[in-house]
Amino acid sequence: MLSAAQDLVYGLLPTEEAEDLGLGSLRRHHHLGFLISDDEKSSYNYLKPGIGDLSSDVDLSAFGLGLEHRRYLLAFFSVFGVSIYFGFFCNTLPSFNFKAEVMATAVMNMTTAALDWVSIAFDAPLARAVVFGVHIDGHLVVEVLLIAVILFQLTRKSYKPPKKPLTEKEIDDLCEEWIPEPLHPPITEEMKLEPPTLESAAGPHTVIDGKEVVNFASANYLGLIGDDKIIDSCVASLEKYGVGSCGPRGFYGTIDVHLDCETRIAKFMGTPDSILYSYGISTIFSVIPAFCKKGDIIVADEGVHWGVQNGLYLSRSTVVYFKHNDMTSLESTLEKLTRGNKQAEKIRRYIVVEALYQNSGQITPLNEIVRLKEKYRFRVILEESHSFGVLGNTGRGLAEHYGVPIEKIDIITASMGNALATDGGFCTGTARVVDHQRLSSSGYVFSASLPPYLASAAIAAVDHLEDDPSLLTTLRSNISLLREGLSDLPGLTIASHPLSPIVFLKLKNPTGSFKNDLELLNKITERALKEDSVFIVSTKRSVLDKCRLPVGIRVFVSAGHTASDIKKVSDSLQRVAALVLAEHI
Amino acid sequence: MVRLPYSTALTTLFSYGLLFAFGQLRDLFRKIIDWFKSSSEDLKGYAPICLGLEDFYTRRLYLRIQDCFCRPIASAPDAWFDVVERYSEDSNKTLHRTSKTSKCLNLGSYNYLGFAAADEYCTPRVIESLKKYSPSTCSIRVDGGTTDLHTELEELVARFVGKPAAVTFGMGYATNSSIIPALIGKGGLIISDSLNHNSIVNGARGSGAAIRVFQHNNVAHLEKVLREQIAEGQPRTHRPWKKIIIIVEGIYSMEGELCPLAEVIAVCKKYKAYIYLDEAHSIGAVGKSGKGVCELLGVDPADVDIMMGTFTKSFGSCGGYIAASKEVVQYLKDTCPAHVYATSMSPPAVQQVISSLKVILGEDGSSRGSQKLAQIRENSNFFRCELKKMGFEVLGDNDSPIMPIMLYNPAKIPAFSRECLKQNVAVVMVAFPASPLLLARTRICISAAHSREDLLKGLEVISKVGDLVGIKYFPTEPPKHETKVYKVE
Repeated sequence: MLSAAQDLVYGLLPTEEAEDLGLGSLRRHHHLGFLISDDEKSSYNYLKPGIGDLSSDVDLSAFGLGLEHRRYLLAFFSVFGVSIYFGFFCNTLPSFNFKAEVMATAVMNMTTAALDWVSIAFDAPLARAVVFGVHIDGHLVVEVLLIAVILFQLTRKSYKPPKKPLTEKEIDDLCEEWIPEPLHPPITEEMKLEPPTLESAAGPHTVIDGKEVVNFASANYLGLIGDDKIIDSCVASLEKYGVGSCGPRGFYGTIDVHLDCETRIAKFMGTPDSILYSYGISTIFSVIPAFCKKGDIIVADEGVHWGVQNGLYLSRSTVVYFKHNDMTSLESTLEKLTRGNKQAEKIRRYIVVEALYQNSGQITPLNEIVRLKEKYRFRVILEESHSFGVLGNTGRGLAEHYGVPIEKIDIITASMGNALATDGGFCTGTARVVDHQRLSSSGYVFSASLPPYLASAAIAAVDHLEDDPSLLTTLRSNISLLREGLSDLPGLTIASHPLSPIVFLKLKNPTGSFKNDLELLNKITERALKEDSVFIVSTKRSVLDKCRLPVGIRVFVSAGHTASDIKKVSDSLQRVAALVLAEHI
Repeated sequence: MVRLPYSTALTTLFSYGLLFAFGQLRDLFRKIIDWFKSSSEDLKGYAPICLGLEDFYTRRLYLRIQDCFCRPIASAPDAWFDVVERYSEDSNKTLHRTSKTSKCLNLGSYNYLGFAAADEYCTPRVIESLKKYSPSTCSIRVDGGTTDLHTELEELVARFVGKPAAVTFGMGYATNSSIIPALIGKGGLIISDSLNHNSIVNGARGSGAAIRVFQHNNVAHLEKVLREQIAEGQPRTHRPWKKIIIIVEGIYSMEGELCPLAEVIAVCKKYKAYIYLDEAHSIGAVGKSGKGVCELLGVDPADVDIMMGTFTKSFGSCGGYIAASKEVVQYLKDTCPAHVYATSMSPPAVQQVISSLKVILGEDGSSRGSQKLAQIRENSNFFRCELKKMGFEVLGDNDSPIMPIMLYNPAKIPAFSRECLKQNVAVVMVAFPASPLLLARTRICISAAHSREDLLKGLEVISKVGDLVGIKYFPTEPPKHETKVYKVE
């Protein structure tokens, strides 16, 4: 029925009209221009004798309508009929319905006008005609006629243009003609730039091009790179287990140190269980799709890093972003999503935030998040890659920093490639949360497991942190020392949280384009490295990254830096920024 | 191609039906009990973590045979390894480790060339670089995560696979899942083999490109799909596709089958599609000098646009690489998120790959590399041949070190695994989600580290257990009348 009705409209209307009615796709589907077959044309002629017979003195031209106009009129009538039709039966096509209704009012007006006019023309000769007590006037005649036309059209077979599949020859030609884009866009000069190559460990001091430099580019927050205890545990592990695990966790890739490491991290965090991933960045983009599926709602901060963005995309859930680190924006988003929405209770809802945003150095106000989460009944996924081992009095992360009980955070993920100075990542939470991932998280199930020596290093690093929390006081005093030194930089301003070990410097007067900003910042970092042997870096962005936060210079502070290292970086930045940003202050 | 006998299909379906029915029954009782207790595990106002039947498989099927998977080991995954014994007090719901281990023959790890265990050439160098570079750089490649080891490895890999340039990543899975979005996006088309690994599937999904699938290893079908797609163009708009990438694997990890690479390349060239070859299981494992399927099948690496591989298997390390033209690599280094945002590969792991590659190339000053390669080839072909003689249904091609043996019936999964373990042979069970539900199998991975005695011991145990469990589907004397079979793609 539906297709019959569509074809009715489609067959009668010129192309533009069909487009206006939202039937464009219908048209293209048939791969034909507007052609009316002979069969169709005869249906127009059907009216001619019909109307002519009614009154010999009323010629069709007396309507003041040419053939074209008659066709329009007919089409309008048909559309009118069809729109009623659709209104009754086809609530499933809201957009069409809407258009049809708009159309219908217009048609209605025209019909009334036309009917009035026709009534006058017809009423004269038929004024006294009464059949079975029904007064026959022009009105009735036209209406009966209309219904007849509609019924006639509906009973006809739907109009299908003859299908002519492409011949082999045509497909060959199409394949021949097709020119693919190159595999990569043109290579620009920036793409050819190679990052500096380190010739020693990436500790607080490292060697680049044979020259010793102060390293503020590694997220070695606790200064554990080069720690003897960690290296000893790695050597022991390498001798016992070899380097790689040669299998995914399910297939003999589970080594006892993996299980020990999971228990150790859970014990440290005070959670029931935890699960290891073999790579930091893959942790979050496997965890999110393991829990969030199509139809679920995720509310996420707009400043999250690429790993989180990828996870959100892969989950295929409905993702709503709120303003970067803005709790009023989060609250209004949650309110909008849940108010009056009874269905919302039945679908899973998650808030995804980073504890310490690597794109801005800001810290998420977890106490507020927990309040909102409980109010609106969302679960929280917290990305702690840069805050684990850094925030809180004993390095247990953001929950400890805000004094929030760890049970309130449903899912915590973190990369171990930062403070713990190893590699891989983990996710921690209740036993239910962890066990669910062991069979549902693709980065866990389908990837080879973490090399055992890196798990040993993680255990040793957590032990070290627990034994010696003074690392954290050193780190904190280093951060405040550096912030002091950088407080009045020419042209640059500190945008990060006072406790963030990533000191994020952004331009006071941005040029207005990412590219130019980044060029300026790169000039600063290059000169600092070349002239002052200070290794700092700007934020790099991949074109795939959707984050729109401003770019800047990131200075990674470590507990391993000395006061003189920090003085060196502040002095260098003062000098170079003044030179490079002379016109931008 | 799996040929599933009619009767086996019926019994397998029946078994799963029974498991499903019992699972549903147990769920029903659980619901009633929960209703009485009125305190379910999920909090009020929150939708449960798993809705409906999402975790039905885990709860009612997987947990029953949990002990066959994730068996912890307490040594390097060499030819023989120590499997930790576990016990359960709640009928397999949770498993606990004991301090006891049993020494088992390892027929499960991807230790193709035997580099998993301590090696006289590699291990001292790895420890040396560990001491020099620490376990991690704590930084991304574009910041402070590039050490001279990384540069050396990239040059070496490019030379080894025969491409102008290469880039390495810290994880094989992340290599696929983050490279594909960098290569292709909206308006592009990915045509993928139906049995491609999950990392490729995730990468393709993440790219936003349209995805079409062709039947596993069926080049004719690939051509058909290509012709259809080029002729039709993008859906709805009918604009021509921006580009088409065809993704295949060198050796399929769950089938042990080789890709018909030469034919696929011919089709790609004819239709101007790009080809992406994932050599996770084939690099280092096949070919006369270990250079993967290209060498084995006589294909020029220059014909393959993107060559991807991992270091987890043959090289006994971790991470992955992409080898391609200089321009593609330059572009990827600028764009690929795994390069721009992920912690760089751990330096000792980099050193392990460098050292093992040097052994394979014979640059360590010995012939150990070529011996290992000859050994794995001989071992694989011997083992496969013997298994076939015994009447097992073995999948895969000659020279491939992966040989799956079909089990089908769900009850045979734990039976086979537990019986083998009892006799000190550790094999891998591949069941859902790693394989289709009906096509459960056990998978043998042969290593160059296995001696002939090891293989004979393995064969003896597998044969015995095979008789016990009843999986010798092709007895040596085939019955006169043809058994009715139907094909499962």
